[in-house]
Amino acid sequence: MPGRIITITSGKGGVGKTTATANLGVALARRGQRVACVDADIGLRNLDVVMGLENRIVYDLVDVVEGRARLRQALIKDKRLPELQLLPAAQTREKSAVDEKQMIKLCGDLKKEFDFVLVDSPAGIELGFKNALAPADEVIIVVTPEVSAVRDADRVIGLVEASEKSPAKLIINRLRPSMVRRGEMMDTADVLEVLAIELLGIVPEDETIITSTNHGQPVTLEDRSAAGAAFTRIAQRLLGEQVPFPVLSDSPGLLERFARLLQRNP
Amino acid sequence: MNFLSRLLGRPPEQESADIAKQRLQLVLAQDRTNISPETLTRLKDEMIEVISHHVEIDRTNVQVSMTHTPQGERLLANIPVLRVRPTERRARERKPTRRATREE
Repeated sequence: MPGRIITITSGKGGVGKTTATANLGVALARRGQRVACVDADIGLRNLDVVMGLENRIVYDLVDVVEGRARLRQALIKDKRLPELQLLPAAQTREKSAVDEKQMIKLCGDLKKEFDFVLVDSPAGIELGFKNALAPADEVIIVVTPEVSAVRDADRVIGLVEASEKSPAKLIINRLRPSMVRRGEMMDTADVLEVLAIELLGIVPEDETIITSTNHGQPVTLEDRSAAGAAFTRIAQRLLGEQVPFPVLSDSPGLLERFARLLQRNP
Repeated sequence: MNFLSRLLGRPPEQESADIAKQRLQLVLAQDRTNISPETLTRLKDEMIEVISHHVEIDRTNVQVSMTHTPQGERLLANIPVLRVRPTERRARERKPTRRATREE
């Protein structure tokens, strides 16, 4: 059975596309899925450093497209997770080094070997985005609960619709539950009401993301962090499991902990 | 914050999350329409022209906008009516009298 090509995009930069791609890759691979992460951000490659594989790049996506390397030579195996591999972007080339047809061919080849092909799209809605969108069977849009990110997400949702792909699904990233409680940040319902698309997952703001990225260790490699748990739930949903959306909280207070204890043991 | 201002008897401020949502809904309503502002202005002027034949309207406060609803794009026009044109009213008032004279 061929795999699924999922493009992860956002419109706005800096909302966590690359982090989401790396962590979903890890979460899916941990569940035994064969995953290829493809960095489609040619000229600004970052998926390699977020995944901690930057020192092992020999060939890149453009080398494969231009016939200098075979796909198998360019793919980097993640030693921590044998099911996970990365196809890095070229760093010294421009977005125009590949076109939509080549991306469709490349991802189509990967799809034969992997259960999931996760394409990390560049920000924006220009050439690089179009190249990343072209091969997609499914689209995930990452958004943060901020006006600029939501506005850009809306634009991208429109472009995905216009491309006649199946409707995109949403990851709300970097939600801060305490700010939501104080009415200082839009909550999930607000964002969903405005964007009117299906929710795939909510990832709370988590400092662990920064420290783990410092080390090139996606948080989802371990079970401890809130963000990692959120990405694991998203991976489960992608695999068709029914996973409830838990009420998130950052640093629960004493009262809250007590209330939760009561809920667990009625 | 809310607790403090309540304690101090300040009027409750609108929460910034709500403001964000409202601003987004407005800006997205504009983003989602493909109608250029010029077209929308022309449309509005023509609507005012046609409607003015029949009712007297407050031309300065006419609002025409495109909005996005789950059912699709909607063109919304908000037109304050000052009064029904006297000619219209007269015509309507005249009718029964005429009929009355004919009956006589």
